[in-house]
Amino acid sequence: MIWNEKIECGDRNELRAIQTERLRETVQRIYHNVPCYRKKMQKAGLVPDDIRSLEDLTKLPFTVKQDLRDNYPFGMFTVPMSEIVRIHASSGTTGKPTVVGYTRKDLNNWAEMVSRALCMGGVHRNDIVQVAYGYGLFTGGLGLHYGCENLGASVIPISGGNTQKQLQLMQDFGTTVLACTPSYSLYLAEAMKEMGIKKEELKLRVGIFGAEPWTENMRHEIEEKLGIKAIDIYGLSEIMGPGVSCECEYQCGMHINEDHFLPEIIDPETLQPVAPGEVGELVFTTVTKEGIPLIRYRTRDLTRLIYDKCKCGRTLVRMEKCKGRSDDMLIIRGVNVFPSQVESVLLGMSETEPHYLLIVEREGTLDTLNVMVEVQEQFFSDEIKKLETLRKKITANLESTLGISVNVKLVEPKTIERSAGKAKRVIDNRKL
Amino acid sequence: MIIKQLSVFLENKAGRLNEVASLLGHADINMSAFSVADTTEFGILRMIVSDPEKAGEILKEAGFAVRLTDVICLHSPNVPGALSKALNVLAAESVFIEYLYAFSMDKDSANIVLKPEDIQKCIQVLKDHQIELLSASDLYEF
Repeated sequence: MIWNEKIECGDRNELRAIQTERLRETVQRIYHNVPCYRKKMQKAGLVPDDIRSLEDLTKLPFTVKQDLRDNYPFGMFTVPMSEIVRIHASSGTTGKPTVVGYTRKDLNNWAEMVSRALCMGGVHRNDIVQVAYGYGLFTGGLGLHYGCENLGASVIPISGGNTQKQLQLMQDFGTTVLACTPSYSLYLAEAMKEMGIKKEELKLRVGIFGAEPWTENMRHEIEEKLGIKAIDIYGLSEIMGPGVSCECEYQCGMHINEDHFLPEIIDPETLQPVAPGEVGELVFTTVTKEGIPLIRYRTRDLTRLIYDKCKCGRTLVRMEKCKGRSDDMLIIRGVNVFPSQVESVLLGMSETEPHYLLIVEREGTLDTLNVMVEVQEQFFSDEIKKLETLRKKITANLESTLGISVNVKLVEPKTIERSAGKAKRVIDNRKL
Repeated sequence: MIIKQLSVFLENKAGRLNEVASLLGHADINMSAFSVADTTEFGILRMIVSDPEKAGEILKEAGFAVRLTDVICLHSPNVPGALSKALNVLAAESVFIEYLYAFSMDKDSANIVLKPEDIQKCIQVLKDHQIELLSASDLYEF
């Protein structure tokens, strides 16, 4: 089923007309309501009336995560707080989160887009959807939740973790759709094996997986182990949350909701648009958002766009599975981790120096983050308990900042490469 | 009475202990006794060597985290119950021990390296009970 056939399968010229009108309206709004944008546009010698067509989009300056940080927490909001009905946040690069606000209309649009995404994956109103994304500041849980309700499916708002209970409810309630991170779905499959639950005993048929990068190999493994169709859903909280784009049943790229978001692909070095079909950094301009519209926001995700008509009949452009990042952000168990966050924690402790190495492993199905920290001469002790206490203190500080569990390893002094220019701070062994 | 023990932080990786042994060997420094305390993540090598200051410098230069720690060394007859006698005295006086390890240089006696929580109190208690302590010169001469 197609949720909104008129838009999703519409004529591109009609779509362009809608996009143009919405872009012009958005530019007016941000220019007059957000000082940060007005300054940027003035610096570029632009007034709102200079943006008349979609081709004019590239005249506008980019927006980056740092802009959100500089205007923390609400400085980029376009409407007064009385119009904001929900706030979400994701981890920032150096401790302070990236904050986004939604108006009532934003939430309605979001639910609409998640409903479209669910339909693309073959979910319908008779389905029982277990939402095992985290509920809270993270957009995954609540984003999927309201999209499911809007669709008319039955939602089990179980949130993340609590694996035993997840499996129990899957059995007892007859869950047909699982929404979580792809790595957690594999973890559930492993737990099923341990508990002697066969996939045939469950009614699962579709998985809506996102919030972290995953490979085609992982897709095959999940589909095989759970006996389901694994659908990739994409989103980022700055733009909206899950549902910015999603795969259809043909699993050949994620359809972007272009009536709300204008995608561009740029070269992350030159910042110029790449040739059509080339891989580059994905940039979004939101054209319906009221709470916090973003102009040419650099997602840092590397992908390419496919404009061919899809077998499903949708005409919305598709983006390929993300091929990596143009910055050093890691996504570990659905949580964004920046190496600079680790650095700021270590700098904040008198016992450590900011020399570290992050090693990400996929042990079985779950990602683990190992942090190698040097033992400084003056804090080295001949007693195990003192070193263990130090290790626990570093671990606790890192965990509270990063929001995920870490495994701290103390290593010998001066064994971690010093930054002569660009130090290697991260080893990702997950082969994504 | 106080003896300098050389403590070295060791990452859990192959060949690290041998590197220490080889560096000290080339510098003509003898190891009289050592013990390795291990955790899942790292180890601590504790040793009594013929020239702790020099050994420490050599290892530091080679990039090891080292520390000279004050310990004491009991000298006791190599007979059943000898250790218990010394420990009874310390327990009775509430002297806590962080760790200890033993080595022997001849058939008739045993040496116990001991790191007490309060080293001065420990020495006093042992002296009061006529328990023999080795001096640094006794050990470094070996």
